Amino acid sequence: MFPFRTDQLKAFFRQWQLQSMVVPGIVWMIIFCYIPMFWLIIAFMDYSIARPMLESPFVGLKHFQDFMSDERFWRSIRNTLGMSAIKLVLGFPIPILFALLLNEIRSLRFMRTVQTISYLPHFIAWTIFGGILLNWLGEGGVVNQLMIALGLQDREILFNSDPKYFWWIIYFSDVLKETGWSAIIYIAAIAGIDPALYEAAELDGAGRWQRMWHITIQCIRPTIAILFILAVSGMLGSNFEQIFMLKNNMNMRMAESLDLYIYNMGLVSGRHSFSTAVLFVRSIVALGLLFLANYTSKKLTGDSIF
Amino acid sequence: MKRGMRRFGVFDFFNTLIMLGVCFMTLYPMWFVFINSLNAPEQAMLGTVNWFPEAFSLASYSVVFNDKSLMNGFLITTLRTVIGTVAHVLFTAIVAYGISKHKLIGRKVYMKIALITMLFSGGLIPTFLLMTKLGLYDNFWVFIIPSMYTFFNMVIFMSFFRTIPESLEESAKVDGASDYGVLFRIVLPNSMAVLATIGLFSAVYHWNDYYMGVIYIRSQEILPMQTMLYKIIAENSMSFMQQQAMAQFGARLPGNSIKFASMVVATLPILMVYPFIQRFLVKGVLIGAIKG
Repeated sequence: MFPFRTDQLKAFFRQWQLQSMVVPGIVWMIIFCYIPMFWLIIAFMDYSIARPMLESPFVGLKHFQDFMSDERFWRSIRNTLGMSAIKLVLGFPIPILFALLLNEIRSLRFMRTVQTISYLPHFIAWTIFGGILLNWLGEGGVVNQLMIALGLQDREILFNSDPKYFWWIIYFSDVLKETGWSAIIYIAAIAGIDPALYEAAELDGAGRWQRMWHITIQCIRPTIAILFILAVSGMLGSNFEQIFMLKNNMNMRMAESLDLYIYNMGLVSGRHSFSTAVLFVRSIVALGLLFLANYTSKKLTGDSIF
Repeated sequence: MKRGMRRFGVFDFFNTLIMLGVCFMTLYPMWFVFINSLNAPEQAMLGTVNWFPEAFSLASYSVVFNDKSLMNGFLITTLRTVIGTVAHVLFTAIVAYGISKHKLIGRKVYMKIALITMLFSGGLIPTFLLMTKLGLYDNFWVFIIPSMYTFFNMVIFMSFFRTIPESLEESAKVDGASDYGVLFRIVLPNSMAVLATIGLFSAVYHWNDYYMGVIYIRSQEILPMQTMLYKIIAENSMSFMQQQAMAQFGARLPGNSIKFASMVVATLPILMVYPFIQRFLVKGVLIGAIKG
C-alpha cells in the first residue's frame, strides 16, 4: 500500500504537496464512511451508549431473530416494496412520456420555457412542497373543494389521515415534484439523435407516431434500460425526506417504510443494536441488488454502471 | 428536426394544452401560497381557490419578520449554506485534483478506498452514534463537516480537471509554481463552470435540507429554518411565533397565513436566483449522468 523501499519513500515525501491534498480526504472517508461501516458490528452486540462499544456483550444473531419475528418489520417491507412498485410501474414512464411530448412542441422558445418551469419543483424543499400538499389535502383544502365542486365526492375526505391514500399521495407528489427533472436525461438523449434519421423516415412516409416509436424510442432505449435497472435496484430505498414529511400517527400503518422503521426503532425508541441489525441486512441486500443491476446492464447494453 | 414547418394540427393543439397544464400545475400551488400569505389571516384560513388576495394584509409577514426564533433560523440556514458550500467545493476539489494526478504515489489504493464508500455505507444508526462520539450532536458543524465531500462530485471534478491542457500546468511549473500554486492560480480559475455547478447543487441542498436538523439538533438557537418549518407544518407544533400571533389576534388562530408567509420567506431566495442558475443545474445533472 504505502511505499516500503527507501527510494519510494523519498519520492513520496518529494510530492508532499500532492499527498497533503489527498490524505485529508482519505482521513475524512475513514472517519465518516469506514468507522460507521465498522460499527455495523453492534448489530451482533447489546450496545448501550453508556459504555465503550467493545465492552458490549456479543449476542450473536439475537437481534436478527427479533426483527424477523417482528410484524412491524414485515409491514415496513411491504410498504417499501408497495410504494416502490407503484413508483416504478406507474411513475417510471411519465418522464419519458413528458420528454417525448415536449420534443414535439414546435416553438423552441415555448419548449424551453415549459422545461424550465417543469423542473422548478425539484428545487423546492420538501418542507414547502409537503406543506402545500398537506394543506391542499386537508380539511377544507383545495382538493376537497375541487372534488366536491366536480361532484366526485359528496363530503370532505381527510386524505392525509386515512392510511389507504398514503401510497397514492407519495406517488402523485413524486410525479408532481420530479417529472420535469427526471425528464432532463431523456430530453438530452433525444436531442442527441441524428436529424437525418427523421428526415429519412419522413421521406419513407412515416407519420408522427411511427417516427416517435421507431426512431425516438429506439434511440433512447439504452438510456431507458439503464435508468430502469437503477430504479429496480433502488427498490429497497424510499425517499426519506418525502415520507418523513407526509407521515403522521394516523397513516403510519401504510407510511412506515423500511428506512422509517430503522429510524423509529433506532432513534426514537433507542434500540440501536436492533435497528443496526436491520440496517445491516438492508445494506447487504442493497449492495447485492446494485451488483445485479450492474451485471444486467452489462449483459443487455454492454454498458456497466460503475 | 425542422420545427414549425408542418401544419399546426390537432395533436399540436392538445400537446400545447398538456404543456400549459403542466406549467399551471407547477406554478399555481406556489402562487396559491403566495397570495394566501398576503391575505388577512381570517381569509387565508378558508383556503379558497383564488387568483389574487381577497383581503390584502401584511399582518402575517409582520408576525414572521418579528419572530426572533424564525429569523434566527433564517440566519442559521444562510450561514450553513455559505460555509457548507464553500467547504464542500474547496475540499472536494482539492482532493479531486490530487487524486487526478497519475504520478501520485498510492493513487490506486486511494481510488479503491474512495470507490468502496460509494458501494457500502454504515447507514443511519452507526453514523448517528459516530456524530455523538465526535461531539457533533447538537453542534452547528454537523451541517458542514459530514457533507464536505461526496464521491460523485469528486469524480465530476476529476474528469473536468483532466480536460485542462497539461501545457498550462507545465508552464506554471517551469515558472516555479508549487502544486498548490498551480491548483489555485491555474486549475481552479479555469474550472469556474464546474465549480459553479457543484457549488449550486451544494447550496440548494444546504438551503432545503430539514432532515439533519431533525436528527442532530436539539437547541433552538442552531435550528435551521427548514427544520422549524417542518415542525410547524408536519408536527403542527406551535412555534413561538404562533403563540405570539395567538396573543395578538386573540383566539382566532391564524395558522395558515403565517405558515404560508414563512414558506414564502424560506423559498423566495431560491426562486429569485432560479432563472439565472437553472442552466448550470441542468449542465450539472448531464455531466453527472454521463459519468455515472
